[in-house]
Amino acid sequence: MANNKLQQASTNLLGWVDERFPLTSNVKAHLTEYYAPKNFNFWYFFGSLALLVLVLQILTGIFLTMNYKPEATLAFASVEYIMRDVSWGRLIRYMHSTGASMFFVVVYLHMFRGLIYGSYRTPRELIWLFGVGIFLVLMGEAFFGYLLPWGQMSYWGAQVIINLFTSIPFIGPDISLWLRGDYTVSDATLNRFFAFHVIALPLVLLGLVVAHLIALHEVGSNNPDGVEIKKHKDPKTKIPLDGIPFHPYYTVKDLVGVSVFLIVFSAIIFFAPEMGGYFLEANNFIPADPLKTPPHIAPVWYFTPYYSILRAVPPILNSQFPGVAAMGLSVVSFAFLPWLDRSPVKSIRYRGNLYKKWLAAFVVSFLILGYLGTEPSNVWGQFAPETLIVGGADRATVVARIFSLVYFSFFALMPWYTKKDKTKPVPERVTA
Amino acid sequence: MANQEVDQSKRKFLIAATSVAGGVAAAAVAVPFVTSMMPSERAKAAGAPVEADISKIEPGSMITVEWRGKPVWIVNRSQAMLDALASHDDKLSDPKLEVTSQQPDYCVNPARAIKSNIMVLVGICTHLGCSPSPKLQTGADMGADWPGGFFCPCHGSKFDLAGRVFKGSPAPINLVVPPHKYISDSVVLIGADDKGVA
Repeated sequence: MANNKLQQASTNLLGWVDERFPLTSNVKAHLTEYYAPKNFNFWYFFGSLALLVLVLQILTGIFLTMNYKPEATLAFASVEYIMRDVSWGRLIRYMHSTGASMFFVVVYLHMFRGLIYGSYRTPRELIWLFGVGIFLVLMGEAFFGYLLPWGQMSYWGAQVIINLFTSIPFIGPDISLWLRGDYTVSDATLNRFFAFHVIALPLVLLGLVVAHLIALHEVGSNNPDGVEIKKHKDPKTKIPLDGIPFHPYYTVKDLVGVSVFLIVFSAIIFFAPEMGGYFLEANNFIPADPLKTPPHIAPVWYFTPYYSILRAVPPILNSQFPGVAAMGLSVVSFAFLPWLDRSPVKSIRYRGNLYKKWLAAFVVSFLILGYLGTEPSNVWGQFAPETLIVGGADRATVVARIFSLVYFSFFALMPWYTKKDKTKPVPERVTA
Repeated sequence: MANQEVDQSKRKFLIAATSVAGGVAAAAVAVPFVTSMMPSERAKAAGAPVEADISKIEPGSMITVEWRGKPVWIVNRSQAMLDALASHDDKLSDPKLEVTSQQPDYCVNPARAIKSNIMVLVGICTHLGCSPSPKLQTGADMGADWPGGFFCPCHGSKFDLAGRVFKGSPAPINLVVPPHKYISDSVVLIGADDKGVA
């Protein structure tokens, strides 16, 4: 009897809420009655992992701001204060700095999943575009955040990137001045980068993530077979025959991914938070000095492929703008994929060898460009002066040029090779 | 009232007029926010010209002063260094100083200077804004045919002792000669000339 009353009360409370806020219907629409394809593999972990890292970054970021001082004379010391004197401050800072790199790891893998299974294809173009937006904002977050510790690499990295805008014809110098708020990277720059990093871009990022998920739940998830599960529904229930509710099936599955991820994440934080200079560069433990450039400036690993492309393009007509434009294009190219891909199939499982070769060439270019971006351009020495055409040029620069061409060809030639490719027949229903 | 017929053209006009007025207001409100990100009055004041004493620079050596947060090099070039300037024009991208934005009119001469031995340069690479390292002496670690100059460690740009860029450098143009003038024989003012403050 008492039990019954309690049950009634809880239904009533929920009922009371539901009459005023669509709680139950939202839980159903996005979790318990959101039907995802049953054939997800491990590639589908990285979306939820990206969400996890986002939450971690926001959480650790909030606690870092409690002790960080966005002021040029105090910033470096306040980060060291967090590292040395704040209880567990070192852990929180390393979670945030490692989180930044891991964010790019999971996002790159998430994007690669989209590439191989054609997740950007109709009707998911907007999901993809929101995703590209997230990627761009993420790059902004990483760039603005990297200035905040006010180390040598922070300072000179920001100097180099802001100077990229100077090369834009006519309005470039004014744009740089406007971004810096001073004639050089200074306290004014640090202060505004702090504002962008902790409030402006996170708000945009959250908005884009919500849009990404709303669009996803509107059209439904793609899957490794690239077939639409909504084509075959149970005639009575209208539930896709190949769909299973996101909760509990994929919430539980994602927990496995989360566990593995947290093991790796913790191991890095505990044992190699600087990752040999790839996650936190050694020069950044030296306070910023506007009068002395460190001998070798390289961005953090996740920017290096694009940085390599920037370095590979030679100045044309006394202007370095072509290189800057090429770098911008190398990032923005992803946005055009839904309209470049002319293949009748979505998933790599049913594509022919031509596409697979181009995709492999792209991945190899991305990795080699990424490696070259971490090294000085004379890392492999120069061609002998008497060598034909490339005499005297840095070997690494020539290699970067070749792979930049491959990188852009992957996008530019996609309409041609995806159309020409010999595809296999796509099954009606998902395979096991 | 409720039965009155809707005047569609009036409605369209009002929607358009409200949108335009709202758009203009939004653009006007954006102006103070966008302008607030330009250098403040304090930053502009801190960018005022600086004086430098050049009497104690030995021939063949240099000093660095700070102007607007940037390093400004003042090199006292020896006669040998000056004589060597004309010898490598064929290796330079812009030996005749055709990119006029890189130096004031009064420094368009073979030495790129007012007093031919005193070279005043903004020590910021025209590639991506790093600060090159002085390699004033000939040869040494820069190779036997190095005529003396500056080497940018970031991406390997090379400049001669007049701040002119060597061909094959990532930097597209010569280093900047800032506006400057001599207040006396031994004091140079950087950031201002007879035409006014930069």
